[in-house]
Amino acid sequence: MVDRAGVKRALSRTYEALLPLLAVPVAFLIGAVMLAALGANPLESYGALLQGAFGDTSGLTQTLVKATPLLLVGLGVCIAFRGGVINIGGEGQIIVGALAATAFSIGLRDLPGWFLLPMSMIMGALAGAFWGGIPGVLKAKLGVNEILSTVMMNAIAIQFSNYMLRGPMIDPKEIEQGTRIAQSALLPKAVWLTRLVPQTLLHSGAILAVILAVLVYIFLWRTTIGYRIRAVGLNRDAAKYAGIKVPFYQALALILGGGFAGLAGAVEVMGVQHRMMENLSSGYGFSGIVAALFGSLHPLGSIPASILFGGLLVGGDKMQRAVQVPSSLITALLGVVVLFVVGSQIWTRWRAHKRETHG
Amino acid sequence: MGELFTLPVLLGILYSGIRLATPYLFAAVGETFAQRSGVLNLGVEGIMLMGAYTGFFVGMKSGNIWLGLLAAALVGILMGLLMSVISITLQAEQGISGIGLHLFGLGLSSLLFKTTLGSVESINGFKPVRIPLLADIPYVGEVLFNHNILVYAAFLLVPLSAWFLNKTTFGLKIRAVGQNPQAADTLGVNVIRVRYFCVCLGGMLAGIAGASLSIALINLFQENMTNGMGFIAVALVYFGGWRPYGVLLGALLFSFVNAFQLWIQVKGINIPSDFAIMMPYVLTILALAFATKRAQQPAALTKPFERGEN
Repeated sequence: MVDRAGVKRALSRTYEALLPLLAVPVAFLIGAVMLAALGANPLESYGALLQGAFGDTSGLTQTLVKATPLLLVGLGVCIAFRGGVINIGGEGQIIVGALAATAFSIGLRDLPGWFLLPMSMIMGALAGAFWGGIPGVLKAKLGVNEILSTVMMNAIAIQFSNYMLRGPMIDPKEIEQGTRIAQSALLPKAVWLTRLVPQTLLHSGAILAVILAVLVYIFLWRTTIGYRIRAVGLNRDAAKYAGIKVPFYQALALILGGGFAGLAGAVEVMGVQHRMMENLSSGYGFSGIVAALFGSLHPLGSIPASILFGGLLVGGDKMQRAVQVPSSLITALLGVVVLFVVGSQIWTRWRAHKRETHG
Repeated sequence: MGELFTLPVLLGILYSGIRLATPYLFAAVGETFAQRSGVLNLGVEGIMLMGAYTGFFVGMKSGNIWLGLLAAALVGILMGLLMSVISITLQAEQGISGIGLHLFGLGLSSLLFKTTLGSVESINGFKPVRIPLLADIPYVGEVLFNHNILVYAAFLLVPLSAWFLNKTTFGLKIRAVGQNPQAADTLGVNVIRVRYFCVCLGGMLAGIAGASLSIALINLFQENMTNGMGFIAVALVYFGGWRPYGVLLGALLFSFVNAFQLWIQVKGINIPSDFAIMMPYVLTILALAFATKRAQQPAALTKPFERGEN
C-alpha cells in the first residue's frame, strides 16, 4: 500500500509540474486567433518566431542571453512567492542593481579585476536587495501591501536612473560631443563577463545563473532559513504558531528577491551592454515573474522556463521584422500564460482536497 | 518663491489637478467596489489601456466619441469578466492573475494600436462644458465649473458610489460579501454573483478611466500611455480606506502634487524634473505606510470563496 501511495503521489506531482506546460499551446492558440483576426497568417508568424528564437546559432545564443536575466529575476520571484509575498518590483531592482554595478566598477576602475568583477556583482545585488528591502521592511513593520509598494519603487527607480544617466553618471564623451545621450561611460574591461561563443553576446553570466538556480534550490529545501520562508508562505498562521517570526521572513524573502533582480541588472551591464543606459531592463521584471510561475515557482523549473520565454522575446522581435507582426503579441501571450497557469491551479488544489478527504 | 505663487498660477494648478484626478477617480472608485466585495483586481492598468485604445479607435472610426466611450465601457466589462472567471470561479491567486491581466491588456492594446492605427494621431475629444452661473463665480468658477463632461461624471461618481455602498441593500450585500462571505452565503446572498458584479463594474469604470485619457484629457493614444496610473489607482483604494470619499481625497492629493510637479517642470525651476516626477510615487508609498488604516480592510480581501468551506 505504501508503494502504491508513493507512486500515486509521484504521478500527481508530475501532473502538477506538467500542467503549466499546457499553458503555452493554449496561449499560442489564442494568439493564433488574434493573429488571424488581425489579418496575419498565424503559421507564418509562429514559424518566423520559432526560427528566430531557436533556428540558428545566432538565435539560440540571443535566446540564452535573454534567458539569463529572466532566470535571475525568476529566482528572486521564486524566493519571494515561496515566502508568501509578491514581488512586482523586479524592474526597479534590476535598474538600481545595474546602476550600482556601473558606478562601482567605473568609480574604482583601478582596482585589480579579480576583486573588481565579483564586487561589482555584489554591489548590484546589494542595491537590488536594498530596493526590495524597503517594501520588505514597510510590509514587516507597517503592514504595507508589498505589491503596491514594489510597483511604486519601480517608477522611482526609473526616474532616479534617468537623473543619474543625464547628470552625475553621464558618459563624459556624450558631453564633449554634445550628443548627451543618457548613458554611462563604458565599464572597465576588467569587469566585462567572458563571452562564451565568439561573435555573439552569450556571456558567462548564463552559467552563473544556472549555478545560482541550484543554490537557491538547496537554500529553499535544505536549509533552516529556506524551510522557514516556505513555511511562512504555505501557512502564515501555522508558521506563526510554530514560533516563526513571520514578518521577518517575509521581509527577508523580499530582500533576497530584490538581491537576485539587482544581480540580474549587474550581469546585464557587465555581460551584454557594458554600460548603463535607459531601458536597460525592457520588461525583464515582469517576464521574470512569468518565467518563475511557469517553472512552478521552482528554481530548477525556472531554468527551462526562462529559456522558453527568452526565446519568445527574441522570436517576437524577429517575427516583427520578418512578417510585420508587432512583438507586443508576445506581451499579450505572456499575460494569457499567467492567467492560464494561475487559473488552472484550481485542479491541483481540487485533487489535493480530494486526496485529503478520501484518504 | 513669492512671485511664483501668484493667484493665477495657483488657480491653474488647482484646475489641472482636478482634471488629472479624473482617470484615477474612475479607476479607483471601480476598484473600491471590487475590493469591498473581496477581490483585489491588480489588472486595472491593463483594463485602462484597453479602454483607452478602444475609446480612441471607435471614437475615431465612427466619428462619435460617445460611441467610443460606450465601447470602452463594454471592453472594460469584458476584461472584468475575464478577471472574474480567473479569480472568482477558478479561485486563482488574485495578485498574480491581476499581473496576467495587466500584461494581456498592455500587449493587446499595443498590438491592436500598431495593426489598426500605426501612428499617433489626435482626436477631437470631449470639450469643456461651462456650467451656466456657477462658472461665473470668481476664481471658484473657473477652477471647478469649466471642465469636460467626464470630469464632472468622475466627481459625481463619488457621492453616488458612497450612497450605493452604504445606503442600499445591494451595497450592504457587497460589504457583507467582502467582510464575511460564509455568513453572507448563509443568509442567502449569492457571493459569487455579487463578486462578479463588482469586478465587472470595476472593469467598466477602469475602461472609462482609460477612455477619459484618450478621448477627453490627452486626446490621443500611445502604447502604454497609462504608465502606472492603474497601479496607483489600486493604491488609492488602500489610501482611501476602501471608502469612496477617502479615494476622492487621495486622488485629489495625488493629482495636485502631480499638477504642481508638472508646473515645476514647465517653470524650469532648479529641481531636476526626474525628482519632480518621482514625488507622487514617493507620496503614494508614504501614504500607504502612514495613512492606511488596516482595520478598515475588507476581511475577505484576496480570499477566494468556496461554498461549504468550514
